[in-house]
Amino acid sequence: MSKNENNQRNMINVAFIGNPNCGKTSLFNAFTGARLKVANWPGVTVEKKEGHTHYHDHDYKLVDLPGIYSLTSYTMEETLSREYILGDDVDVIVNVVDASSLERNLYLTLQLIELGKPVVLALNMMDIVEERGMEIDLHRLPEMLGIPAIPVSARKKTGLNILMHAVAHHKDKPVDKTEHHHSEGQHIHRHHDEFVLVYSDEIEDKIDAVKNRLKEHYPDMKNKRWHAIKMLALDDEVCKKYPVEISDIADKNYESDIVAQKYDFIDEVMEECMVNRAEKSARTDKIDAVLTHKIWGVPVFLGIMALVFFFTFTVGDWLKGYLEIGLDWLFEAVAGFLAMCHVSDWVISLVVDGALAGVGGILSFLPNIFILFLALAILEDSGYMSRVAYVMNHIMGRLGLSGRAFIPMLLGFGCSVPAVMASRALENPKDRLRTIMVTPFMSCSAKLPVYVLLSGMFFGKYAVFAAFSMYVIGMVAAVLVSVILNKIMKTDHVNNLLIELPEYKTPNVRSIWIYVWEKIKEYITKAGTTIFVASVIVWLLMNFGLHGMVEDMADSFGACIGKFLVPVMKPTGLGYWQIVLALISGIAAKEVVVSSLSVLYGITNISSASGTASLVNLLGAQGFTGVNAYAMMLFCLLYVPCIATIAMIRQETKSRKWTMISVCIQLGTAWLVSAVFYQIASLFL
Amino acid sequence: MTLLEGSLKQSYRLLHMELEEAVTRRLQMLGMTKDAEILLVNRKRDGSMIIKVRGTRFAIGKSYAQGIYVGDAENVKE
Repeated sequence: MSKNENNQRNMINVAFIGNPNCGKTSLFNAFTGARLKVANWPGVTVEKKEGHTHYHDHDYKLVDLPGIYSLTSYTMEETLSREYILGDDVDVIVNVVDASSLERNLYLTLQLIELGKPVVLALNMMDIVEERGMEIDLHRLPEMLGIPAIPVSARKKTGLNILMHAVAHHKDKPVDKTEHHHSEGQHIHRHHDEFVLVYSDEIEDKIDAVKNRLKEHYPDMKNKRWHAIKMLALDDEVCKKYPVEISDIADKNYESDIVAQKYDFIDEVMEECMVNRAEKSARTDKIDAVLTHKIWGVPVFLGIMALVFFFTFTVGDWLKGYLEIGLDWLFEAVAGFLAMCHVSDWVISLVVDGALAGVGGILSFLPNIFILFLALAILEDSGYMSRVAYVMNHIMGRLGLSGRAFIPMLLGFGCSVPAVMASRALENPKDRLRTIMVTPFMSCSAKLPVYVLLSGMFFGKYAVFAAFSMYVIGMVAAVLVSVILNKIMKTDHVNNLLIELPEYKTPNVRSIWIYVWEKIKEYITKAGTTIFVASVIVWLLMNFGLHGMVEDMADSFGACIGKFLVPVMKPTGLGYWQIVLALISGIAAKEVVVSSLSVLYGITNISSASGTASLVNLLGAQGFTGVNAYAMMLFCLLYVPCIATIAMIRQETKSRKWTMISVCIQLGTAWLVSAVFYQIASLFL
Repeated sequence: MTLLEGSLKQSYRLLHMELEEAVTRRLQMLGMTKDAEILLVNRKRDGSMIIKVRGTRFAIGKSYAQGIYVGDAENVKE
């Protein structure tokens, strides 16, 4: 047997599934060494992720699935998880449960057990159970459920080996066929000897009858009991996939009875297995009394966000100063080295004025980006994110959206790509679409360098307020566009918020580090790739024309492109071909607007004091004032998001039409808002 | 009475729900079955509220709260 075949044979496919926010991704990270984002709100994971680990003689393929409350699909991510778990690729299901909320988590467990596949229960967050003085009877629990129950802590990395050991041992054993709980009925079928959860005699009779019907029509069907239960609950997908007449057996939808009887069994399990159930949740109640207060909730939220941006601009700018000193030194050293090597002038210009000016100009904003993501990570990991959905629900309701739609919008302050993706958690397709349409208006971190640069150059001591106003205007634009879309799409909004609110917890340093580090890495990578390439392209466009290398940039290809659009942009106060070109290049990534300005105006370290002074002089000579600068900030805030976001909108809407509409809405809004501002402001200033 | 009419910090026993079928099923799967105890933790003027069911907090909108019928929490379970 070849090594490869041997490996294939020993590979165990393990699916991690559980309720939202129960720690699946933390566990997945702990096993695979991955650095997937984790946070303390339901719906962080919206797509399946794969990883590998090795234990003893086995290789494991681990699949982290989006959280679900049941095997009934309501949202996109729930459908994804259900389809995967029902497929044939899974050898063992690891059902991750939040042991501190065992009662609600066990509902999914019972559904998974009924699937007839091997299930191992991973009791995560056992450290919290202990902290609260609760105890779980770890002998009786597996006995009653018929599956192994392994206490683990993803945070402290305990119990991981034992969990994989259980997976290896139980991969061929679905459920222990012992008598698991009190058999009270005297049903003829004696199902208590076969199944963990036995329903009332009435339902068991119907399950058996449907099973027999399925046996006649689909003799090769696996796990007929599970399918029979789903048919009694009139599950759309199962009924469509296996059409069979059962109206003579079931005269109504039995889902309510099935759910109720599952919870009766869970009550029984909790009664026997959970000791000291009294919860110590006073801390969460006290914090909620302030953060979700009916009057103070919204001002507190706005205050927190104001604080986040205040720190981003003030502390970030202070740290930026030190980074600029280092970058200045580096640029001079590189230029000196190239000159020493007698490299030709155009190569020095390409490296120093093109690549270094563009990339370096962007890197200096790293401290601002760091502070912003650090603050967002703390908010996400504390448990406040779900509360924001509740706090903002009435405002969002007026826009015809659920408060839950505010979570993707809030994530948009970080990056529009995951924010657009996060809209998957919304159940209503029209709500999803509208949320996707307006999320890019939220000011993402990539726009931050544009605000810091322009407001710093033109607004002096009011720079922080000018930059902060962009975040407020972005939110207002999102609100107004949402209202208009609501009118056009004629959606009947009902106040249908439903979201789990996790307990508050002290943010985990590791989770925050992973989140922030990944974002920083992403930013640096972008500087070294997209921004580097864009800077070189802009340099080439600016230095070459129809007759080769140009002496005067006004004769370059770039100038031709920019000048073509100048008349369109004139009413917005941005009718300068250099600015137009910078805005076009910003479609690649918003930071490129800044790097392009560096290249276009030949400034090596654009964010340094000397760099900004030079740029102010050059722009001033063209008649570009503070009014133009603010109009440019508005345009950057509202115009088309980066290529990556456009691609994500296309992926999530699955529609070219809506992707185009989204781009048009954003371009139109940006043009209109900046033009109105510029025209009015020009009258007074 | 409906949960919307409930008093803050009071526990109630779920009697039945008059909501869209899919919504009812969704809430049931989250533990809101007949006789389940519901604690009204927080409520806003727009009718949305925070409730605690089977040890878990949920925020629900007004349209759901007015379709959930509850009674006194005493004798929740025999």
